[in-house]
Amino acid sequence: MNSNPKRPGLDHRERWIWSSAALLVITTLLSLGLGRYAIPVTDLAHFLAAWVGFGDLPADRFALLHSVIIDTRLPRVLAAILVGAGLSVSGAAYQAVFRNPLVSPGLLGVLSGCAFGAACGIVLGLQGLWITVLASLAGLLAVGIGVGIASLFPGASILILVLGGIVSNALFTSLLSIVKYLADPQDQLPSIVYWMLGSLGAVDTEALTWTAPLLMLAIVLMCLLGRAIDALSLSDDEAHSLGVSVRRIRYGIITLATLISALTVSIAGMIGWVGLLIPHLARLLVGPRNAALVPMSALLGGSFLLAADDLARTLTSGEIPLGIITELLGAIAFVLVLNRVRRGWL
Amino acid sequence: MSDATTDTTLRAQGLHYQLGARTILEEVSFDVRPGDCIALLGANGAGKSTLLKILLGLLQPQAGQVRLNGRDLHEHSRQQVARQLAYVPQSHTPSFPFSVEQIVAQGRLPISGLGRAPSREDWQVVNQALADMQVEHLAGRVYTELSGGERQRVLIARALAQQTRLILLDEPITGLDYGHQLRLLKHLQHLAAQGYGILATTHRPEHALESANRALVLHQGRLLADGTPHEVVTAELIARLYQVEVRQIECSPYRFFVPSE
Repeated sequence: MNSNPKRPGLDHRERWIWSSAALLVITTLLSLGLGRYAIPVTDLAHFLAAWVGFGDLPADRFALLHSVIIDTRLPRVLAAILVGAGLSVSGAAYQAVFRNPLVSPGLLGVLSGCAFGAACGIVLGLQGLWITVLASLAGLLAVGIGVGIASLFPGASILILVLGGIVSNALFTSLLSIVKYLADPQDQLPSIVYWMLGSLGAVDTEALTWTAPLLMLAIVLMCLLGRAIDALSLSDDEAHSLGVSVRRIRYGIITLATLISALTVSIAGMIGWVGLLIPHLARLLVGPRNAALVPMSALLGGSFLLAADDLARTLTSGEIPLGIITELLGAIAFVLVLNRVRRGWL
Repeated sequence: MSDATTDTTLRAQGLHYQLGARTILEEVSFDVRPGDCIALLGANGAGKSTLLKILLGLLQPQAGQVRLNGRDLHEHSRQQVARQLAYVPQSHTPSFPFSVEQIVAQGRLPISGLGRAPSREDWQVVNQALADMQVEHLAGRVYTELSGGERQRVLIARALAQQTRLILLDEPITGLDYGHQLRLLKHLQHLAAQGYGILATTHRPEHALESANRALVLHQGRLLADGTPHEVVTAELIARLYQVEVRQIECSPYRFFVPSE
């Protein structure tokens, strides 16, 4: 056939990935300038040049821009990118593990676990970093229980795993209800509800210095595991007969994806749709190979959530919870994607 | 890569498999050697699929063992097994729209592992396998959009890309049109002549007669016969396996079965 045995069509994939990377950079720069104190692109460029040591700005101007851009906006922008990328990457991974394109990261109970953990933290009167820790741990625990229930049944199939997740989801949802019922309705209950709406408005910079590097590492690791994730889309029997240890890979990927989504929830609360929508969109552009799909999801997810957060903080003088924006945008975008989905999940 | 000089043999010894109180396989022993083109016959529920799964190491028999090149299957790593023994499942529908060449490239997993992308040589093997199964023209197509027969041929191409000496096929001709059935059987014969060991389950007795050089018959979990197709596949056998009366028509070297009035 073709004289070049390398697979054809790689170029268009690469083109999409590079364009998405460029999109992410542009969105990031625009987002740093956006806000109540708007900074034009030229000023932003001057400042960034001065910041890394080229060119100079008057000292007071530099201090002002530094405080707005680096101290105030950068943590939030960074958090938006990482949360968006994290949710998308773990969504793509979950979809491959469960061989089902309709799966989102919440399937095994990580979100209800995190919500329960965070609610406990709020009721116990804990602050920023500790709520983050408690939410992440409870999220991991919830998935652990789901997987544990599934492993009670020998030769556990994917279906048993899903059922284990449903049990764990129900368990932690009811535990959350108990905590809500016990919470002080004057001040604790509203903060639980607000936390669960999902927002980057209250990103805790101290917590972020812990969670951001961990999250970034996990996302990069997932991007490198593309070929292993591909193997999960095979049936168990096929994968075995191709020499692939499916169980090890499956639980490894579930653990990593769960860690990622627990971290995102602990940073930004519950943010819906991203983990389902973005992998679909990425699959439309670069196809189902995870070596391309996972990085593509990370890039698109970062841009998407960053843009959504820009809307959340600039549309009104107050702040719209980010979760609401993503659900609105997501619902519209998903209908457009559905049009293509009829063709065998392309 | 596969080593043509070693005598790759798959041996089943006294296999016994039970599911609850139901015995699926009992005392099944045979071997698959290079050059064998075996048709495995049996009625629905005779234990053919279970046997294939045990041979692949997917199921653990309660008694007996499977030996690959003289060693117990479970002493080999999964990857070692996959370099010597390929499996062609019945065609299925994967959840994601991988292209045909990506599916066939999965056959290189036992050689390249999950760590690296397929190399130039890997793609050459993939292209050769596509050509062997006459599905080159489908290379860029989406697997989920193919017909059942096309998928079957793609899965066989994947097994060829695995470059193993032994290939187990689960009802490979089911779903193929007449022309592709004949071509596939010819191809299996050809592979056996080159020193591959082939074992294919089938529902068509004629398949065994036309292309196999050995016929194995499973009946109610036991190995009823193991011999040349002309010795084994007779009107009596068909009556016993499928509870239908047929008349045998000799037309040397062929033999046909027609329903008896």
